[in-house]
Amino acid sequence: MDYALDITLTVNGTQVSRRVAPRQHLVDFLREELGLTGSHVGCEHGVCGACTLLVDGEIVRGCLMLAVQANGCRVETIEGLSDSGELREIQTAFHRRNALQCGFCTPGMLMAAQDLLKHHPKASREEIRLHISGNYCRCTGYQAIVDAIEEVIYGKG
Amino acid sequence: MGKAELPLHAPGTQVDRGYIGQSVPRPNAQRLLQGRGVFIDDLRFPRLAHVAFFRSPYAHARIKRLDFSKALKQPGIIGAFDGRAVAEYCTPWVAVLAHLKGIKSPPQHAIAIERACSQGEACAAVVAESRSQAEDAVALIEAEWEELPVVVDMEESLQGNTLIHQDLGDNVCFRRELDTEGVAAAFERADAVVEDTFHFGRHTGVCLEGRAILADYNAGEHSLTVYHATQAPHMMQDIFSRHLNIPEANVRVITKDVGGSFGIKVHVYPDEMATAALSVMLRRPVKFVADRLESFLSDIHCREHRVKVRLACSKSGEILAFDLDDLTAIGPYSVYPRTSGIEGNQVVNLTGGPYRHREYRARMHVVFTNKNVTCQYRAVGHPIAVALTEGIVDLAAKKLGMDPAEFRRRNLIADDAYPYTFPSGIKFEKLSHHQCLTKLLDVMGYQKLRDEQARLRRDRIYRGIGLAAMIEVTNPSPAFYGVGGARISAQDGATLRLEPTGMVTVMCSVTEQGQGTEAIFAQIAASAVGVSIEKIKVITGDTGVTPYGGGTWASRGAGIGGEAVLQAGRALRANILEVAAAILKLDRQELDVQGNHVINRLTGEQKLPLSELGRVAYFRPDTLPPEFQSELTVTRHYTPRQYGFAFTNGIQASLVEVDADTGFVRLLGHWCVEDSGTVINPMLADEQLRGGIVQGIGAALYEECLYGPDGQLLNGNMADYLVPMAGEMPDIVCAHVETPTRQSQLGAKGVGEAGTAGAPAAVMNAINDALAPLGARVTRMPFTPERILDGIAQARSRA
Repeated sequence: MDYALDITLTVNGTQVSRRVAPRQHLVDFLREELGLTGSHVGCEHGVCGACTLLVDGEIVRGCLMLAVQANGCRVETIEGLSDSGELREIQTAFHRRNALQCGFCTPGMLMAAQDLLKHHPKASREEIRLHISGNYCRCTGYQAIVDAIEEVIYGKG
Repeated sequence: MGKAELPLHAPGTQVDRGYIGQSVPRPNAQRLLQGRGVFIDDLRFPRLAHVAFFRSPYAHARIKRLDFSKALKQPGIIGAFDGRAVAEYCTPWVAVLAHLKGIKSPPQHAIAIERACSQGEACAAVVAESRSQAEDAVALIEAEWEELPVVVDMEESLQGNTLIHQDLGDNVCFRRELDTEGVAAAFERADAVVEDTFHFGRHTGVCLEGRAILADYNAGEHSLTVYHATQAPHMMQDIFSRHLNIPEANVRVITKDVGGSFGIKVHVYPDEMATAALSVMLRRPVKFVADRLESFLSDIHCREHRVKVRLACSKSGEILAFDLDDLTAIGPYSVYPRTSGIEGNQVVNLTGGPYRHREYRARMHVVFTNKNVTCQYRAVGHPIAVALTEGIVDLAAKKLGMDPAEFRRRNLIADDAYPYTFPSGIKFEKLSHHQCLTKLLDVMGYQKLRDEQARLRRDRIYRGIGLAAMIEVTNPSPAFYGVGGARISAQDGATLRLEPTGMVTVMCSVTEQGQGTEAIFAQIAASAVGVSIEKIKVITGDTGVTPYGGGTWASRGAGIGGEAVLQAGRALRANILEVAAAILKLDRQELDVQGNHVINRLTGEQKLPLSELGRVAYFRPDTLPPEFQSELTVTRHYTPRQYGFAFTNGIQASLVEVDADTGFVRLLGHWCVEDSGTVINPMLADEQLRGGIVQGIGAALYEECLYGPDGQLLNGNMADYLVPMAGEMPDIVCAHVETPTRQSQLGAKGVGEAGTAGAPAAVMNAINDALAPLGARVTRMPFTPERILDGIAQARSRA
């Protein structure tokens, strides 16, 4: 594992360059090399969605993409999207509806929710449920999350 | 309107409402929403070492030789250790309790010595500068094994032809029998007897955050600071102290944010004890986080019961007696320190619990197997007790041709019958089964759903409605663990401190895993002191800071910790008034605290902001009378005593549609009416119910740890072990009846486990109701499409 590659990518608007092992996952790179611990590692086999990130504007599993594959890409994490205000509306709805308990799935869930709002701004309740079905939450039972997303779409009080 | 005209107390309680009963959003959720919570794996320490475990590939095997020579040559390796090396620093444990008479279990070590008794048991530890280096080295450990006979089937274990632990003499960990002695006569005189056998699959918690621990030993002061994703920091402080031989005062346990627990993170895990021991051995911080595959193999599993149950009733539908025989398998060890005898014990205590019959017989065996250990997971025993009670009750109603709701109405303990002692010996202070049933039928539109069901059946659309009445253990007294010798606190404490700025800091021994503990403590504290909620800062999860207490388990946080906060808040308010009287030179009887001010009790006139009171008390006490000393930090504790538990009650309903061709179950609706006493935060209470219900649905429909005959876990990953996802889950309607417990002034009982307790039964009964026209019946959870199709096929072949 001595072999390493140089990568340069933009993370939350800042260009970073690092030498990384080819086997390192993108989410491990963000957490271990950059200290961006908001993206969580839940299963490491692409099922739970806790590590969901934005790469060039699309949501990806941070545990199914290697750091070297992100060379030259634009990566955004929960920290960056929180500071830019991009997630403010959905974060506020999650807070008001208590659409989170332990908070471990929440960054990934917010990414998935925001992706739905962007690509399918008039999604039905059923479509909301299907869209977030790649993100596992053990605490809430999902209803409050669906309610929060619906609230952003339809402004339900 | 003067304050005197407003109701001072909620019915039956002594709480000034204030924020009690309001759906306040959780202040501590903000950091989690920004990804700025701090879970154990998010901590960064200098000289942090990482441990990975070499785990047994066999369910039962003797460790003949371990060779670390290749592993030790790998880059970044700090050391490799076997069970004997770790045992020098960490003593073994035996998980028994005195009040579970006859329970037995062998000594268990942090790292297995000589013999592995289940697949995944840690047999060596490798410590390295990074987790990946440690894992690479683990793969290079060479081991020589001698495979031993494997017992995976619990009936076979009970027969005892092959012993797992020779020294114990048989494979029985614990047995219990209970008999009111009139059972045979009751069955004799019964007009109808029904019986069935129910099977409950072994499943597990699947917390999204794996178990996590970072132990940091300081050799200079022989102290250990443990950052630990645990529900019970003081219990763990005691355990680290005793097993690592470090004075208790030198051990500090800090939880940080915990990514789900549900009972998974309230036990002592060998690999976590090993991590703490390694920190002592290596004199540096060591971290272990269970990855997903390790979690499936080594987080406690639960359930795995086979229960035969019989019910006797009269032709008018009066239940006369229950008779049950429960067999449950727990893996090779009883889990420390709570034991693995509790779940079966709860099944015996609780089965039949909502009903009026006076005759009850139960027999229960807990046996060892060579699978992973099982122990207390959310709702402990309740899902089993409720499912077999409600499953057999439905069968009785069917046999009598009676509507299941009406059958329950005839048998539920009357709302005016309390206090009440159930035949198993448990005592109910006050329950509200009939109010809850009436409310449930109303909320769900029961009759309309029945009409719709009948109409759709004509079109061969198979819908079913399932009911599940329940009782639940909450607010446990020392009778739960303490009397058995476990050093697990039944009491909790809260310290409240008025800060100079008028803020109030609350420190409480109950912990937060996302259920909203800190939010409700803020509500209670703000109400009790008389300040607005944004003035409250809550600190939990640090044995170095909070009063001593039990933590979070058995639905105890709100009822026990909440009462401690309430009492501390009242005491602080009284002390604030002493200071105010000294500053204002007024009689304290004329004063009160409201809206962050000291006010005139009668006129409501604001006399002094708390920020000014704090300034004087802390910085200018020279201006107060010389004999006066302010006391603006107070601590209060609370222990439930008079009853063993503050039982709650409730009832759930499920509406499903079963596809008779595919065996798929579609969940169309779910309802829950719960009486958990005073509801502190309706939104959070509902969310506890919903989350719990979905976990119960997981057990009913999807979740099972499948083992092969060789004791190998077949589906230990998230792709193969199915959990509920948003697409399959129904919307869940919650409603409440409030019967406050009079054992505390807050009146709150627990709400965290009710959903999980009742949902499997409601879903099972709904499925069987749907299958009734096909003559089919299923009793083996989880109800996979395969099992449902099997049930339909069997019914067809019978016909």
